[in-house]
Amino acid sequence: MLLREVEYARPATIEEAISVLAAYEGARPLAGGQTLVNVMKARAAAPDVLVDLADLDELRTIGFSAEGMLEIGAMVTYAQLMGSSEVDVARAILAEVAATIGDVQVRNRGTVGGNVCVSDPTNHLPVLLAALDATFTIRGQRGERSVSADEFFLGVYMTAVGEGELLTKVNVPPSAGAGDGFAGLTIGVHGTYVVNAAATVFGDMARVAIGCVAASPVRATTMEERLAGGDYSDDTVRAAAEGLGASLDPPSDVHGSGEYRRHLAEVSAVRAVLQAAARRK
Amino acid sequence: MAAPVTSRTVTLEINGEQVELEVPVRRLLVHFIRDDLGLTGTHIGCDTGNCGACTVHVDGEAVKSCMMLAVQADGAKISTVEGLAADGELTALQRSFNEHHALQCGYCTPGMLMSATALLARNPHPLEEDVRVAIQGNICRCTGYVNIVEAVVAVGGNA
Ligand SMILES: Cc1cc2nc3c(=O)[nH]c(=O)nc-3n(C[C@H](O)[C@H](O)[C@H](O)COP(=O)(O)OP(=O)(O)OC[C@H]3O[C@@H](n4cnc5c(N)ncnc54)[C@H](O)[C@@H]3O)c2cc1C
Ligand code: FES
Ligand code: FES
Repeated sequence: MLLREVEYARPATIEEAISVLAAYEGARPLAGGQTLVNVMKARAAAPDVLVDLADLDELRTIGFSAEGMLEIGAMVTYAQLMGSSEVDVARAILAEVAATIGDVQVRNRGTVGGNVCVSDPTNHLPVLLAALDATFTIRGQRGERSVSADEFFLGVYMTAVGEGELLTKVNVPPSAGAGDGFAGLTIGVHGTYVVNAAATVFGDMARVAIGCVAASPVRATTMEERLAGGDYSDDTVRAAAEGLGASLDPPSDVHGSGEYRRHLAEVSAVRAVLQAAARRK
Repeated sequence: MAAPVTSRTVTLEINGEQVELEVPVRRLLVHFIRDDLGLTGTHIGCDTGNCGACTVHVDGEAVKSCMMLAVQADGAKISTVEGLAADGELTALQRSFNEHHALQCGYCTPGMLMSATALLARNPHPLEEDVRVAIQGNICRCTGYVNIVEAVVAVGGNA
């Protein structure tokens, strides 16, 4: 397909990338291109300048901060997450979920930064990172700031990353004995989610997030409060999820009605919490 | 600051040959391969990233060339289906496709071969499950996949 004419820059440093993004109206970062190139074909997006992040090696690393946070560069691909010993040690669920995104080709190109910046409500990583209490480091000409998942995901294709800014890394607390779970219903084996849920359980605290039911991940706070106390038996977890569906207003589409999504939200949340609880150390 | 441009000279290696060509930024890698280089073995099926007919290797990894701009491949090593039997001799995988009747219309075949070749490079003795995961991004409308999976498994000796 023929794309609309577009300009291209391939900066060598983050600073340079930020100055190009700031200098040109309609400039947009290009990461793996696994969404952006398609939306450009469909003319759903028409950036004037693509700022290719491919040469920014700093964004391709996985490491630990001085405080022991797992730091994942925005340009880290799903395939890289799957093969990372740091991820395996600190938060294996990230690799486990990455292995179910799209297909081999998409996993070779698609990036963590692109996945969250698209902020597609059906994407795998927004809901997972919300449950894991990740923070997002954003850099612009006025410096660097860090925001929580609640502040990061603002809507479909809308995040806290402003014009002229770049998401540089995603910071995930190490599991430290917590158990993580991910569940939901997909269209096909590794397909797009109709509804998904992610949970993390540490001691007598649980964090639960639901995806695909609103423009950004929704925290199941009532369920979390009911679970405080540390009883993760089947009956307690099921009882804790009661009414979660009714508190949501999910969309209806060809893959499922809003009513069905409400039901799936409860089922997925229960499964994710039970899985997380079983994996606690 | 690198000023943005609407065309760029890309230098890359394709099937072992060095290529240098100025291309418009909006040219997709698949069009560059097919139209600029005349390597029409790489197919375009859906043009939306779903079918995998356009699969090539970029620096050894299977990617869908309809979801990449040619300028993004600047400096890369690319191989396409033409590169498999570059010396005129079919690879073991290609022979196995023939023996197992793993193609009918052949539209998906170049992509299937490139995905399976990438798998065999990583995992020379794949099981059926490994093959199914490896070709998940490749759609075949004819064969029902059974013979394709058998052909790839047979190369690794696990048949
Ligand atoms: C066939 C197919 C199946 C898929 N299935 C799934 C699936 O099941 N689950 C899933 O989660 N995803 C799926 N995807 C989407 C895929 O995961 C994309 O890779 C992802 O949504 C975008 O990542 P990217 O690196 O390709 O980003 P790009 O497409 O390059 O960019 C996406 C957007 O993010 C912006 N952006 C990227 N990086 C940054 C940054 N560092 N700072 C600021 N802005 C940035 C870009 O400007 C652009 O607007 C699928 C895609 C395809 C083609
Ligand atoms: S043509 Fe590229 S995936 Fe279908
Ligand atoms: S052989 Fe016809 S599409 Fe696969």
